[in-house]
Formats: sequence, C-alpha cells, structure tokens
Amino acid sequence: MKNRIIAVMLTGVMLFTFFGCGKKNNTPSVYFLNFKPESAAAYEKIAKEYEKETGIRVKVMTASSGEYESTLKAEMSKSDVPTIFQLNGPVGYTTWEDYCYDLSGTALYGYLSDQSLAIQKDGGVYGIPYVVEGYGIIYNSAITDKYFALDGAKFASMEEIDSFDKLSTLVTDMTAKKEALGIEGVFASTSLAAGNQWRWQTHLLNVPLYYEFATKGDNTTLEALDANEIEFEYEENFKNIFDLYINNSVTQPQLLGSKSVDDSMAEFALGRCAMVQNGNWAWSQISGVSGNTVAEEDIKMLPIYTGIPGEEHQGLCVGTESYIAVNAKAEQKDIDASVAFLEWLFSSETGKSYVTNELGFISPFNTFNDDEKPTDPLAREVLSWLDSGKVSVDWMFAAFPSEGYKDAVGGALLEYSGGNAKWEDVALAVRERWASERQR
Amino acid sequence: MTKVKNFCIFLLPTLICFFIAFILPFFMGLFLSFTDFRTVTDATFVGLKNYKEVFSGGEFLSSLWFTVKFTVVSVISVNLLAFLLALGLTRGIKGTNLFRTVFFMPNLIGGIVLGYIWQLIINGILYPYGQTLLSSANYGFLGLVVLMNWQMIGYMMVIYIAGLQSVPEDIIEAAHIDGASGWMRLKKIIFPQIMPSVTICTFLTLTNSFKLFDQNYALTDGGPSGKTKMLALDIYKTFYNKVGSEGVGQAKAVVFFIIVAVIALLQLYLTRDREA
Repeated sequence: MKNRIIAVMLTGVMLFTFFGCGKKNNTPSVYFLNFKPESAAAYEKIAKEYEKETGIRVKVMTASSGEYESTLKAEMSKSDVPTIFQLNGPVGYTTWEDYCYDLSGTALYGYLSDQSLAIQKDGGVYGIPYVVEGYGIIYNSAITDKYFALDGAKFASMEEIDSFDKLSTLVTDMTAKKEALGIEGVFASTSLAAGNQWRWQTHLLNVPLYYEFATKGDNTTLEALDANEIEFEYEENFKNIFDLYINNSVTQPQLLGSKSVDDSMAEFALGRCAMVQNGNWAWSQISGVSGNTVAEEDIKMLPIYTGIPGEEHQGLCVGTESYIAVNAKAEQKDIDASVAFLEWLFSSETGKSYVTNELGFISPFNTFNDDEKPTDPLAREVLSWLDSGKVSVDWMFAAFPSEGYKDAVGGALLEYSGGNAKWEDVALAVRERWASERQR
Repeated sequence: MTKVKNFCIFLLPTLICFFIAFILPFFMGLFLSFTDFRTVTDATFVGLKNYKEVFSGGEFLSSLWFTVKFTVVSVISVNLLAFLLALGLTRGIKGTNLFRTVFFMPNLIGGIVLGYIWQLIINGILYPYGQTLLSSANYGFLGLVVLMNWQMIGYMMVIYIAGLQSVPEDIIEAAHIDGASGWMRLKKIIFPQIMPSVTICTFLTLTNSFKLFDQNYALTDGGPSGKTKMLALDIYKTFYNKVGSEGVGQAKAVVFFIIVAVIALLQLYLTRDREA
C-alpha cells in the first residue's frame, strides 16, 4: 500500500512538472521580446526601473543576432506569449498580421512626429517605429585631411565631393598614394563571409532600387512591395560603387569571403583604412576596438554616391527597420500594460533619459526635446545631414522579397568578387530572384 | 496487479516523456506539412501544395545530390580510416591508451565550434594562395569531409577496437599455424568476426552524414550561393528565410525523414544479412 502511494506521488510529481507550468494569475505583466542584442543590458535596467516605479513586472528576452524570427515563432507558440514584439517593416507585418494589435487609439501613436512612418492598414495602426537610423560612407577626416595636404591632391576638402565621379577620382588617387597616407587601402574590407553580407546585399542595393522606385510613387517601400518584378534600371551604378569598394580595399577582392563586419570595423578603428560603409549603430564597434586610433571628432559621414543624375542633392540613407507591435492575441490586461509601458518609456523623464543615454536612439517621437538627442559622433552626423536640406534616401529594403533573396544576391556578389562569376550573374540574381521569390 | 504497478512506476514516466518529446511532435510535423502556418499552433489546411513546391524548385534536389555525394565519400573514408586506426591501436604498441584518447577527443567538441575552428584553419591555409573557403564549392565539400572525418573517426575507432578485441585469440592463432598470411587472416577470420561493429559504424556514419547540420551551418552556411547546402540546412533556410514557406520547409522535412528511414533500414537489412 505504501509503495502504491509513493508510485502515485512520483507520477503526480512528474506530470506536474510537465503540465504544471501553465499557471494563471491576474496581475498584468509585460513580456518584451527584444530585437537588438546590443541593447539587451539597457532594457534589463529599464525593466527593473519600471517595476520599481509601477510594480508591474516587465520580462525582457533578447533574441540572439540573426535569430529574431525563429525565436519569435517559438515564443509565440508558448502559453506565455510575448506581449511586445518587433516587426522589421511591412514584410514582417504580412507575416504577423494576425498578431498585431491596432494601436491607432493610443497616445504612443500620437507621439510620432511623422505619423506616416507607422505601419498602417485600412485605418488601423499596427507597427510604430521607435528609432531612426542612418547609414552612408563613414570616413576618418584625419586621413582625408592628410591627403588634401599632399602635393598634387586633386581636391582641397571633403565638401567638394558630391558625386560618384569625384568620389571615384578621390579614392583612386588616395589608393595610389596609400604609402604616403599610411593606410593599406581606402575602404575597409567588403565583408562577404556568411552572415556578414548585409551591408551590400541589403544596404548598398537599397540605393539603386530606391531610385528605381522613387520615380513610381511617393512611398518607395509600398511601391516595391507591390512590384512582382524589377527592372534594376541602375545596375551600372550599383556596379560602379561595388567595384570601387572592392578594388580600393585593404583586402584583395578574391579574399573578401573570409572577412566579417567586425574585421572591417576594426580596420577602420585602427586607422588601416580611411572609409567604411556603415551606419550610426556602428559607433560602439569603432570606439570599442582596443588600440582605436580614430579620434571622436574625426569621424564623419558621406552619402553613398553611385553616379545617378541629381545625386549632388542626395543625403544619407535614413529610415528604420525597427517597428514595435503589441500582440493582439495576448490577454487584454497585458495588452493595456504593454501600451502603458511603451508610453512611459517614450514620454516620461526617466524613460526618455534611458532611451537617449543608454539605448542611444534617435527617436522619431515629438516627446523628445532637442537637448535629449544622442551625442555620439555618428548620430550627430546623421542629425546634421538630416538638417542639411539634402534629400535622404529612404530605407526601402524592408520590401525586399525575403532573406533568401538577400542571400542569393550576397552569394552572387561573393562569386563576382572572387572572379568566379561575371557581373551579369549578379544582375541576374538581383532581377530573377526578385521575380521568383515574389511568385509565392 | 504488480504488473500494472510496475508498469506505472517504470514504464509510464518514460512513455509519457517519449510521447511528449517524440510521438506528438512527429505527428504534429506530419500534419503541419499539409498546412500553411506561421506558428505551430495556428495552421490552415492546404493539401498537397507544399509537396508540389518541394519538387518543383531545384534547390531541394540539388541539396539532395550534394548530400548524397558527401555521404558516400564520408562513409567510406570515416570507416576505412577508423578501422585502420583501430587495427594499429590493438597491436599493443607503446602509448596506445594515449593515442586512443587523443583520437577520441574531437568527438567531444560540438559541431558549431568545430565548424568555426575549421573555417579558420582552412581559410588560413588557402589565404596565401589568394583563395578562401568560399571561393569554390569544392573547398566547402572537402572541408566538410575533413571535418566529418576528424570528428567521427575517433568514435568509430572505439567501436572497431571493441570488435577487434572480442575476436578470439585461438582462432587467429589456429589460422596462423595453418599458414594464413596477414591479409588472409584479416579478410577471412577477423573481418567476418567484426561484422556487428561494421553494421553499427556504417549505420552511425550514414545517418549522421545525411543529417549533418551544425557543421554545415558553421563552416560554409551553404556558400558560395547555396552550392554547399545540405538537406538539413536547406530545410532550415526554407523554414526561416522565406516569407510564408514554413509549410514547404515542413514538407521537405517529412520527405527528408522518409529518405533517411529508407536508407537506414536498407543498410541495416543488408549488413545484418552478412552478419549471419
């Protein structure tokens, strides 16, 4: 008899460990699935602060780099679902449409300085951007100034560079004089290792495709989303800039397949090259390299010129791929708590100071004053280009058909730079894969 | 009554675990391959559409071909080398135990780590020649074979050693006295005696090569342009990297399961036959 009781208890314990996890309670809670691994520590702090102030528990989980979609898919299938998650743009919205809560009535939506930035459908608002970022060609003005001081320099200052022709002349001449400048190449390695191709197959490709769709309508992202095929009209311009990158680089073109983004940021930070294409998020990568020789005041940014007519009025590529969404399938009390948490984060004094100082975001909300803007040199450059009256290139790569499309283009670029494929193969990948991925 | 009690104590917990961790996901997966879904708890039925897409795109078939090539080469090389090492290390030479340990050690390192280590090594070797691992699909193929060998040989060697040690000394001695040469002894006496080990080793290498994922993911990630993408990686990429293709990825996984099961059963049947 005693044995039977023990047996029943043991089985009970085991069953409990399996099924006992789905406990229910009535206090609202927030579960935030974070997209940016670099912000994980800051969000943990924010969550603690918020719990101290309001008593509402905020659980923060961070997906590892490049694994957000798979983490989100897994978490959404559990009983304890994320209440706040992130969309990468209109394409992400098509995947998660059923899970996005309509935020049109919230104060958070009201805070947006430009409400057209939000992801909207049929009068509902489903995704709200919370950070604006910009990318271009980052350069070290100490090295370019050294060049301008040389005898026979073709330009006198970076202000003169406002087109691809001038950029190309500058870069090739700097390459010719690289010994005198003390650099190994003008550009940092064009990182083409697996998982490190996004600067080219996403960010760089954005420039020619933006111009292609800019003539078709106001919102390039929406135009591109509707397009079942592309012309790749500015193919030649994409080749211009890519060739310039790989032929004036620290690394020989056929060795680029072994280089990572970290490698190229380190090359820039150590002063082995003068320029690198990246965005304002890269500041921590530059300042964090030990032996960093680049002074904070020497870091400047230049738009990506590709030889498209009218580019002297072009600014940096500015946009966002970070939209916040609230899970419509969570319980109503958790939804309300989540919205309240987000409103606190982007409008209260404490919340805002975390956003500016810890997260370093350039926020698109009107709750932020001018003195609450981030102060790192790259963010300052992005803000000054935004104020310069030049036309920013929108981020429309959110409308690229899929990760598979980007991988195909990246693979073609790798084979092209290694000499194993012709440029036509790259152009083919850009065009054909777009059409074939869109068919589904 | 005691039977029921013993069943409850000893078998039921394991059965429940097995049901939750294997049977249930398996049938869920089977069901999901006929649906269009984003999360596994929320699916709509679409019939055979996913399976049509599996075979209409060339990617699945080209990964299948690459996987088959890789499996053939690595099954042969792993087993041959492991057997030779086992032969060498059962001769009682000095330091046998040390060598056995050293050869077994790579097996204790995870696939992802091995993949990144070998990526560095191979890139380091190719770099002076102006090439990288991703310059050609052949490098990726060879890299995977080398990696697989390095990792699996030690394990297979241990199984072969166990087999070799169980061959009775007196039979070998008798053959020796009857005048059988070393090669003849190996072929006619030792080999038939260790057939059970051969069965186990070919089974393990065959299924492991076919299902290889971590090493492939870390070493080349399918590059250049998906030319070194094996089946498991192709399934993963279909599932996560294409919008709305989760069902297709799941269908690929079902086809993959059928292929692996058929090959494994066929191989077991064939080698079992020779054991008798």
